[in-house]
Amino acid sequence: MTGIFGISIQGLLGQLLVGLLNGSFYAILSLGLAIIFGLLNIINFAHGAQYMMGAFLAWIGMRYFGVTYWWALLLSPLLVGAFGMLLERSMLKRLYKLDHLYGLLLTFGLALIIEGLFRYRFGISGESYPVTELLEGGKNLGFMFLPKYRVWVVVASLVICFVTWYVIERTKLGSYLRAGTENPQLLQAFGVNVPLMITLTYGYGVALAAFAGVLAAPIFNVNPVMGSNLIIAVFAVVVVGGMGSIMGSIVTGLGLGLIEGIVKSGMIANLLSSTFDSVPVAGSIVYPIKLLFSPEASAVTIFVIMAIVLLVRPAGLFGRER
Amino acid sequence: MPPLKMNAVAWGLLAVFGIAAPFLVYPVFAMKILCFALFACAFNLLLGYSGLLSFGHAAFLGTAGYVTGHTVKALGFPPEVGILAGTATAAALGYVVGSLAIRRSGIYFAMITLALAQMVYFMCLQMPFTGGEDGLQGVPRGKLFGVIDLMQPLSMYYFVFAIFLTGFLIIYRTIHSPFGQVLKAIRENEPRAISLGYDVEKYKLTAFVLSAALSGLAGATKTLVFQLASLTDVHWHTSGEVVLMTLLGGMGTVFGPVVGAIVVVGIQNYGANIGEWVIVITGTIFVLCVLAFRRGIVGEIAALFKEVSPAATEGGEPDQPG
Repeated sequence: MTGIFGISIQGLLGQLLVGLLNGSFYAILSLGLAIIFGLLNIINFAHGAQYMMGAFLAWIGMRYFGVTYWWALLLSPLLVGAFGMLLERSMLKRLYKLDHLYGLLLTFGLALIIEGLFRYRFGISGESYPVTELLEGGKNLGFMFLPKYRVWVVVASLVICFVTWYVIERTKLGSYLRAGTENPQLLQAFGVNVPLMITLTYGYGVALAAFAGVLAAPIFNVNPVMGSNLIIAVFAVVVVGGMGSIMGSIVTGLGLGLIEGIVKSGMIANLLSSTFDSVPVAGSIVYPIKLLFSPEASAVTIFVIMAIVLLVRPAGLFGRER
Repeated sequence: MPPLKMNAVAWGLLAVFGIAAPFLVYPVFAMKILCFALFACAFNLLLGYSGLLSFGHAAFLGTAGYVTGHTVKALGFPPEVGILAGTATAAALGYVVGSLAIRRSGIYFAMITLALAQMVYFMCLQMPFTGGEDGLQGVPRGKLFGVIDLMQPLSMYYFVFAIFLTGFLIIYRTIHSPFGQVLKAIRENEPRAISLGYDVEKYKLTAFVLSAALSGLAGATKTLVFQLASLTDVHWHTSGEVVLMTLLGGMGTVFGPVVGAIVVVGIQNYGANIGEWVIVITGTIFVLCVLAFRRGIVGEIAALFKEVSPAATEGGEPDQPG
């Protein structure tokens, strides 16, 4: 079979699917962060821990109570969201008048507590969660194998992201939310219960993280540190996209996931080699760039892109300074 | 008690305990405290006096540790030159990270430093000379200036104490210099500092590089103390720990980070047998500090003395004495 820049088409499509999958998780998580930040002015560091809680609740439900995947997909976000609202009411609401940094510090502490408790109870080796029967296996398209579950994750994430975008940008309820982001005092003067709205918004953002956690459970190993490594990458996504726009965070999340997949396939490194290696001086100049975009370095791709965006467009692709 | 007198008492305590420490506690434990105290003081220069929350300071501590370990072990550098090499590398890395991070402010600054530090972490994991998961083991302490054998615990201790004092004095002088006053002005009111004609970006970057270099000095020294450079030192947990030390001790106070380092390292040392609970306790202290003790230990003590004798606030330093 013919290839593109020395990569087989199967390999490339496979990595693109993985990229789209990771991108879906980036999109849901950065969307949750953006909604929370919009109204609460807090960067929710506990987002990764709440994502992990979602996955663990699904696993606990299956292991001890026989809760099926589909019920877990509904119940786990509800429970974790309720837990989030409890945190907001008891702690976060005391910080709204202070510097934004205190919100980051408080949620960092909460993330450590949650992660530590799960490590104490479940160890760090992790548990596996089986793919539900309906989504087992996959389709052979002739040129590649398409696992059903991964397609489901991408579709489900896109639907959730789109519904969230629609509710916020196109409905009456969403208009309150946007008004609250702009000027909470004025909105309260119009008789809207802003503190309640803030609590529900935080709960929804946290529930999104838990939803992503349940989606992730059958793909990744369910373990206490699964959230903390992911959330740092999501922070980079947020810096690239800026938190000003809902659609912006969705598009940035998916886009960065795809780019990560392309880098992992080795296409960019091969492209750079084939273009510049024959030119004597350029070859050695491009060499460090090639290293940064080699498949081995795909773990740092997002951070490299973040650095580039900061150099070119410091406010982020969709951002506005605040 | 007037602030100047309180400062004198604090300096006296530092000198007495600094000299007597190896006879009171296990020397390696005392050296660990000194390394982290210097690290926290360097961090405080940024958070407490410039208002910049870096969530990636572990990158400077860890990178300097690896460079010192590699140059001393593989290239046979004498210890003092190895430490200088580590410090210089941290300063250079600080220049790169700082130039990118100061393009945004507030929580974006925190997220950018965290993301770039995560990139450094992945690089340390992959580079051949760092030893990956095993770290760089068996780093020789060597002979200081070719004469003093650092394998002797007491000589090593006083060498580390001398390094700590040097770093501490540099920070003390910086804070009380005109440069330090400009940093505080930027922290309090950045637009006003700009309108007064200060090149704010240059000041922030200089403070960042200085803080990174001194963090590197702490990391380089730590490698010689433990004869080990490991991934733990570059991990984001370490970045969080230094934030905690500063917050707990009192940010923006001269002696606060030292007190914070003693408490946090003490908890880790004596709590080593309770495993995962250390993380939970760390997180709990974080939450309590943010909710109830935002001034930190030293800040609260200073405030207490101010309440007892209001006259003490007149004259002396405008800032909380440490």
